[in-house]
Amino acid sequence: MSADTKQNPITQNTITIDGQEIPFLAGQTIMDAALAAGVYIPHLCHRQGLTPHGSCKLCVVDIASRSASACTMPAVAGQQISNNTPALNEARKTITQMLFIEGNHICPSCEKCGDCTLQAMAYHLGMLGGHFPQFFQRREVDASHPTIMLDRDRCILCELCVRASREVDGKDVFAIAGRGINAHLVVNSVRGKLVDSDLETSDMAAHICPVGAILIKEHGYEVPIGQRTFDLHQVSEVGLEKTILTKVRQPDE
Amino acid sequence: MSKIRIATTSLAGCFGCHMSFLDMDERLVALLEHVEFNRSPFTDIKHCGPCDIGLIEGGVCNVENVHVLREFRENCKILIAVGACAINGGVPAMRNHFNLRECLEEAYVNGAGVENPQIPNDVELPLLLDKVHPIHDVVRVDYYLPGCPPSADEFLKILGDLLAGKEPSLPQNLLHYD
Repeated sequence: MSADTKQNPITQNTITIDGQEIPFLAGQTIMDAALAAGVYIPHLCHRQGLTPHGSCKLCVVDIASRSASACTMPAVAGQQISNNTPALNEARKTITQMLFIEGNHICPSCEKCGDCTLQAMAYHLGMLGGHFPQFFQRREVDASHPTIMLDRDRCILCELCVRASREVDGKDVFAIAGRGINAHLVVNSVRGKLVDSDLETSDMAAHICPVGAILIKEHGYEVPIGQRTFDLHQVSEVGLEKTILTKVRQPDE
Repeated sequence: MSKIRIATTSLAGCFGCHMSFLDMDERLVALLEHVEFNRSPFTDIKHCGPCDIGLIEGGVCNVENVHVLREFRENCKILIAVGACAINGGVPAMRNHFNLRECLEEAYVNGAGVENPQIPNDVELPLLLDKVHPIHDVVRVDYYLPGCPPSADEFLKILGDLLAGKEPSLPQNLLHYD
């Protein structure tokens, strides 16, 4: 038997996350491999099946002495990864606080309350307050569409709707325009209004919003507070996205 | 052993957090063996004396709120922001998307069913601030108790921890923002 085949199994298509050895297939990212193995890495802008975006930065992990987004970093044999550490979770909490104070997230008045991944993430990370001064930005609400609501107050610029519309629905309804603090969600139609776009309630883009920015009208309170996704589940339960998407889409299907 | 002294107030809030505090029901009896209330809607004491713990419900929307909040900070060893409004402005802060004149005109001039429309302008009325602020914009806050309102269990947990001399913490099942 040659020396090559006697290699330490850790170098044979496995990575190590917090001491747990995890197999991966060629081409998988660290996030793909972790989720497939049932290991949770906090994330908001990632959704399996959509092109990774790497923007929310909640999935940043430490790989040896450097940090990288798990959703965009390819898994490489032998990587030693730290994920669930107090330091990383503290940084994740700070990022989540910044998302809260930058937008207008008034949970008690939001119909997504209890189904909101941002809110569930904040619970997961033990966020008690926003810490930073509130921005109180004035953002445009688009209620023009008869069945779909767009409230930019709650948009966290994750681009899940942008990617779902482009890659799954084949429509290109949404995009992010502007830079930095001026970045905002825009609608691909002549007047920029949702009513003039191709968006339909059967589109993935109409349901994928992790916060209450894109909502289906007249269905907001079908599931009562107390029986919603994150009343019954933790955001850290791997595979929950599929449950959420299936559940939310049911009323229209 | 002397009792722990607590003061409470509602600024730009709805008194819902105070109602929730009272949801402790019979557990209040046991709590009152260890604590006593200073300035609070429960006692009707009008000014805050030296206290161990101050519970602030509501955000800051007018100059009176600022004075009351500063009085609490000066007198309370530990100040706790209670509820969504104290923590991030909450529902009252939704007026921050409009200027003050627009808000007043909507309520007192153009509102449905308004008779003798005029914007109230009595010297006894505290002047409104341009924006509604979370209380940590004005004073240092020691702990945050989220919820709209926080449940009686949350109040008991945070007060219980403080009474036991521990750093307060909320278990995940008690943490909620609505």
